Amino acid sequence: MTVLSLDAAHASYGDKQVLGPLTIRVAQGEKVALVGHSGAGKSTLLGLLFDKRRHDMALMPQELGLVQTLSVFHNVYMGRLANRSTLYNLANLVRPLRHEVARVRDILAPLDMLDKLWAPAGELSGGQRQRTAVARALNQNAKVLLADEPVSALDGPRAEAIMLTLTQHFETTVIALHDVELALRHCDRIVGIKDGGIALDQPSHRLRADDLRFLYVAPSAAA
Amino acid sequence: MASFVPSSVTLRTTLGLVALALLLLPFADIEITTVAPWRELGRLLQGLLTPDFTELDDLGTALLRTLAFAFTGVALGVAIGGLLALVFHHRLVRAGCAFVRAIHELFWALIFLQFFGLHPLTGVLAIALPYAGVFAKVYAEILDEADPLPKQVLPAGTGMLSTFLFARVPDAWPHLVSYTAYRLECGLRSSAVLGFIGMPTLGFYLQSSFAQGHYSEVGALLLLFYGLIATLRLWARPQLVPLYAVAAPFLLGSGLPIVWGNLTRFFTQDIVPAPLRNGEGWAALGQWLSDLLLTQALPGLWTTVVLTQIALVLTGGLALIAFPLISRHFTSRAGGVAGHTLLVVARSTPEYLLAYVLLQLWGPSMLPAIVALAIHNGGIIGHLVGRRSNELTLRPDASRGMNRYAFEVLPRLYGPFLALLFYRWEIIMRETAILGILGIATLGFYVDSAIQELRFDRALVLIVITALLNIGVDSLARALRRRLRLKHAASSEP
Repeated sequence: MTVLSLDAAHASYGDKQVLGPLTIRVAQGEKVALVGHSGAGKSTLLGLLFDKRRHDMALMPQELGLVQTLSVFHNVYMGRLANRSTLYNLANLVRPLRHEVARVRDILAPLDMLDKLWAPAGELSGGQRQRTAVARALNQNAKVLLADEPVSALDGPRAEAIMLTLTQHFETTVIALHDVELALRHCDRIVGIKDGGIALDQPSHRLRADDLRFLYVAPSAAA
Repeated sequence: MASFVPSSVTLRTTLGLVALALLLLPFADIEITTVAPWRELGRLLQGLLTPDFTELDDLGTALLRTLAFAFTGVALGVAIGGLLALVFHHRLVRAGCAFVRAIHELFWALIFLQFFGLHPLTGVLAIALPYAGVFAKVYAEILDEADPLPKQVLPAGTGMLSTFLFARVPDAWPHLVSYTAYRLECGLRSSAVLGFIGMPTLGFYLQSSFAQGHYSEVGALLLLFYGLIATLRLWARPQLVPLYAVAAPFLLGSGLPIVWGNLTRFFTQDIVPAPLRNGEGWAALGQWLSDLLLTQALPGLWTTVVLTQIALVLTGGLALIAFPLISRHFTSRAGGVAGHTLLVVARSTPEYLLAYVLLQLWGPSMLPAIVALAIHNGGIIGHLVGRRSNELTLRPDASRGMNRYAFEVLPRLYGPFLALLFYRWEIIMRETAILGILGIATLGFYVDSAIQELRFDRALVLIVITALLNIGVDSLARALRRRLRLKHAASSEP
């Protein structure tokens, strides 16, 4: 069953076409990696996918979208806002309820973020901010994840662990990654973006890192 | 930041304003009419040096009521303004708020006085209403500046209120708090000044001490007021402010009871233009209106503009002289403390109070008003520019003294300085109009006289004209800021 699809979609900034026309279908259960050099259009493609279907979906943009003045707890809690009544949300904003705190703790523990539970998001390091956004996505009651470089600020072993968590937790994932090795290890389908179009679309078991190198050659002169 | 090159648009604007002020100067009446102005000033200074705290009851009541009116009025303004900020994009709300804030709180007080009488409601609403208009605008701007991304990543189906409270308010919160705190300080000044028209706040006691020539009591009142504002940060802690706001309405005093008949009479008779009230027809109304415009509105408008422009230039000059006093590039640490004290006194003295004092010393002319406006506003701008200058890092071998001022510091700060001056323009004009109540023939003078003569129909027309003038100057200042590309963020304002 197709969960996400775009038909001849395109995007432009002003009168400059940056993406497309491009067609893509993502089936239920697929773990897709979007790879390509920076500026190729990965983020734009994620944005288009998100606009097409917003429900039942967790989004992790590159800028993360954390509220700087709220604590890590609140930022993670925000993943559940739609599932609770407004009054309940308000109560948690003012005074977090014990079992909500317990829930968030359970999510933060494996991410090694427990000690930052009450720290304002604005005071965290880059890696900690990224893990907070991951926790928010995990807390969200969604089957599909769209993520833009979710582990770019994390070190090797931690990046591996979080990629594993994300791909196991969500039924379907589309993740933009610049790290080709990471993409091959954790995703079952690789979509290569180059010059605003799809330059490659293959199951990852058929690919090696070398096969993807051409995506990272500087954009062709015509573009 | 605007560049500062000779013949730049910044310089031309400055020269234009100075030239206009010089041109208007011959029309301004700036005589000192009292016989011994300096002796009076000496007595006041002596009063400040030998304050008399023996009348503790009166002093305590004056301060308590000043605080109570300020907190109640500002809290009500925050509540109303906060709600209006949510619908501020609506054109009607926007216009309504602009109109409400273009009318000075003393004018509002004069209006409310007519139907609520000397009831505390008069003072509370006089603060709450214009402040609500200001809060609505500034809160809306602050909320608009909040980071939009958190809202985008919220799960689909999140309720409107939850979205607002989680993804909008927290990001804007620090700015909302700091702006509200600044306004609370303004509220204290407004509240003190309301005493001059009969509310039981500081101005009331000050006026009577002055009238009796008790300069040591005046000194005590002023020193207590400065102390109150200088220590604001110590006692107005964020956790305590809600507590104060809840207690304040109970500490307003009882005043005089409201006569509800006055309320109906005010709206059905008092403010209806006289010719209509007496059934003299539309032609008479036209005559009435043109009379009012020619003999009162126009002269009042002219005086208001003359006084405003001169005060504006003097304000700017004073600020440029004053800011080095608190700038680390020019003063030692000890000098900085002295400079800070001076500027705190200058900016925490309300213009109205200052003008009142100077008027007692120098006699009636435009001079007390001009000097009062320049000292107060120059103090504010000097403080802000000085603080900004402390953020500058000069290279270690930068020149010193006057050269440093003229070549290193002023060019870097001139843009922000002008932006602040234009921002104060409308405020200076609003204050100028109100100083008329003290007897200077600006619009406020004619408003006050009309009210004294119980001609509320006239007073109302004049107040509306004053409001329109303020709105006009405000949009002129905004256009100038845009033309000079001066960056202006609501939340960074004084």
